[in-house]
Amino acid sequence: MAGKSTEFILEMKGITKLYPGVKALDNVNLKVKRGEIHALVGENGAGKSTLMNVLSGTIRFGMYTGNILYDGDYCEFRTIHDSEKKGIVIIHQELALIPELTIAENMFLGNERSGKLGKINWDETYKLAAKQMKRVGLKESPSVLVKDIGTGKQQLVEIAKALSKDVKLLILDEPTSSLNEEDSKMLLDMLLAFKEEGLTSIIITHKLNEVSYVADRITVIRDGATIETIDNEDHNIDEDRIIQGMVGRELTDRFPAREHHVSNEVVFEAQDWNVYHPIYTEKQVDKNVNFKVHKGEVVGFSGLQGAGRTELAMSLFGKSFGSNITGHEFINGREVFLKNEHDAIEHGLAYVTEDRKTNGLVLSDTIARNTTMAKMSKIASKGIIDYQKEKQYAIEFANAMKTKTPSVEQQVGNLSGGNQQKVLLSKWMFAEPEILILDEPTRGIDVGAKYEIYCIINEMVAQGKAVVMISSELPELLGMCDRIYVMDEGEVVGEFEAAEATQEKIMKAILSHNNDNLKEAN
Amino acid sequence: MNTSTFDAKTFIKKYTMIIALVVVFVFFTVLTGGKLTKAQNVSNLLLQNAYVLIMACGMLLCILTGGNVDLSIGSTLCLSAALAAKSLERGLHPFLAILIPMLVAVVIGAWQGWLIGYIHIPPFICTLAGMFLFRGFARVVLNSKTIPVMNDDFLKLFTSYIKIGGLDEKHSFKSAIVVGVLVAVGLIIFKIVSNAAKSKKGYDTSNNKSELIKTAVIGVLIIVYSTKLYAYKGIPVMLLWILAVVLVFHFVTSSTVFGRYFYAVGGNEKATKLSGIDPRKVYFWAYFWMSVLAGFSGLLVASRIGSVDGNMGTSYEMDAIASCFIGGASAYGGSGNVPGVMVGAILLGVINQGMSIYGLSDQWQYVVKGAVLLVAVVFDVVSNHKTGKS
Repeated sequence: MAGKSTEFILEMKGITKLYPGVKALDNVNLKVKRGEIHALVGENGAGKSTLMNVLSGTIRFGMYTGNILYDGDYCEFRTIHDSEKKGIVIIHQELALIPELTIAENMFLGNERSGKLGKINWDETYKLAAKQMKRVGLKESPSVLVKDIGTGKQQLVEIAKALSKDVKLLILDEPTSSLNEEDSKMLLDMLLAFKEEGLTSIIITHKLNEVSYVADRITVIRDGATIETIDNEDHNIDEDRIIQGMVGRELTDRFPAREHHVSNEVVFEAQDWNVYHPIYTEKQVDKNVNFKVHKGEVVGFSGLQGAGRTELAMSLFGKSFGSNITGHEFINGREVFLKNEHDAIEHGLAYVTEDRKTNGLVLSDTIARNTTMAKMSKIASKGIIDYQKEKQYAIEFANAMKTKTPSVEQQVGNLSGGNQQKVLLSKWMFAEPEILILDEPTRGIDVGAKYEIYCIINEMVAQGKAVVMISSELPELLGMCDRIYVMDEGEVVGEFEAAEATQEKIMKAILSHNNDNLKEAN
Repeated sequence: MNTSTFDAKTFIKKYTMIIALVVVFVFFTVLTGGKLTKAQNVSNLLLQNAYVLIMACGMLLCILTGGNVDLSIGSTLCLSAALAAKSLERGLHPFLAILIPMLVAVVIGAWQGWLIGYIHIPPFICTLAGMFLFRGFARVVLNSKTIPVMNDDFLKLFTSYIKIGGLDEKHSFKSAIVVGVLVAVGLIIFKIVSNAAKSKKGYDTSNNKSELIKTAVIGVLIIVYSTKLYAYKGIPVMLLWILAVVLVFHFVTSSTVFGRYFYAVGGNEKATKLSGIDPRKVYFWAYFWMSVLAGFSGLLVASRIGSVDGNMGTSYEMDAIASCFIGGASAYGGSGNVPGVMVGAILLGVINQGMSIYGLSDQWQYVVKGAVLLVAVVFDVVSNHKTGKS
């Protein structure tokens, strides 16, 4: 490197980003050395992605406060284009490739090699594409369609695309979340090879073994603030050391007290449950899962994103996800064969989605209409709706859930996230289930609303219902559950009684499973 | 509670299209020197637009499922009319001349409903193909000729006027007034009784007053309308057909679980599926009923015009679609209702008739219709901040 260049390629100083009512980033500092691999770790919602959006210009200059010093200059990125011009390229978790175009076309999308009269110079395009593809170890022809190659290779195309843009700082957001162990290992080794060539990368990941393996330094973010930056020059950091930084928050009084009276009666049980992905049908998302839930019990499911928890829940809920589903499902000791969602509801099952806007609520409809949606037979006789009855029910549930709204005729789309979540819970409580599967029930809502949701969950089990709670927030699971299953890569890799469970133990269960896989891959 | 206080802004927002209808009506009444309000014109207004009023009901179902439309209905209407005319020409019983077209419409509906609901063919393409297919079949049936519809029994079923002995004489049709007053009074009494029942059960009664006013206004309109019918031939049978379809579809969409499904699918298909409702069935029934109504409209139009040719019904689907969007149905699905759509259809009808009476040329009528549709949809999108699928 030239003598005038500084030690740090990037310094983000005092970055603060406010959303209405939420401080997403609070005075965050991040320093990345030239030529290093820097890991950014933290729980879901800690602010990692927001920080990277600030860096790439997705959140444009002026929408945040603080300074970005890149390559010795203060930068004011207003679009992604601005940051890419400087050599900062971000690869998002969800790949941004167009399946119907070829690899080469994808690589130069928005960056076309043009010749005379603005006509695209295809010769040059394909030649350049082939050159970059060679660097990432892709042996396909550049004229193969992206949809015809696997997810792992698509990730490599993204990296080749970044390389074709003269990248100096490569940011990878969860690059291995959809890859198997072998592909993950290959990708990480490639990053190490690029490091030798002088490329700087920032990697965001939940997989701490990967962090330990590739990162030179690690910055921990928690609740929108930088906690610490840890050196990992020897690549042998103790994962507990990282976890400590990630989760080290106080647990006092964040969860309402509950009298635990779990009965011995098993209300729900799954045996040898196997599920395959509906589109990539060779990919198994759940492998031989066994679990049971007792009456009055809150059972937690912990795991990283992509561990197969949502897929498990939805496939059990009337096969609403997956293909080639096998296994046995028991409700109250009797085996059931649920053909569809309606069947599941009739058998007393409820699945409260993690994605309330896309899968849960009709935002353009009123609270009342949403509340009764999953069991309209309760408000109708001979198919004719009793509007007054519907309204009465809606009011009753809104009061019970403490939903803040002027009336139940209010459009759900106008409510805050926490109140929307309460409507979603109302909807499923209205269906009178015996077993509720709550998928990330507190995602994206503030602390106060979270506490109220916890109270509602306690109320449910007090009524004798069984609750399955899927959550990526460990403290929440520890604070709320009687028992916790830990999942990774579609398998149950641990089961803990609430009394014996700790965050470290759960993380370890996941990571040791991960490591086993990594070793097998080697 | 301050819900009873009059709020001009929300009133205008809620009744925009009704206000627009009144303004347009007054405008054309003045422009045509009062000709628009003549008994004959008022009576014909609904009859001329019978096919729009009826098919708009079915189109609403399609649009509710997500802004989808059915382009084939003009052709289905033509095929149905052609089959009816041909059957009568062959000397078949009028009953068969109704049954055959309706059966064909049922088959078309089931066919398109299955393709769209279960095979997931995009509605636009599926019904575009239907538009060509059924138009072609209709011309095959007609052998590219114009066939007159002359069977009196058949015509009587759709185009006659109701005569009640003792009430109706040659130039005064008291039955219209009698029925109109009875209906109006009945409606108001029903409202009062149901309001009383509501407060007795302890339900929310804050809307009672405004609902009663609304009912009273509707009652007055019915009586005014019946005086026009009184002055021109009495109650047309076709009006009864229109009312039957419109009332049934209003009831189904507003008050039944089945009707609620259409709104749910259009509002959020994934959430609807996870709530145990099968979206495939919903699409099926939307396109099924659409075709059935198109088939029925074919009978009405054939008997009203008195003959059928291969171009009948061309671009009728556009009238039905336009009525829905002018009447406040969302271009993205999930919202809209039958009364609104009826207002939209009548608004279009008034504009058409007003322009015809005034003597505006055909080409300008298209310009005005297009502008009205665009304004209505832009207004809907802007006022509701619906950004669509951006």
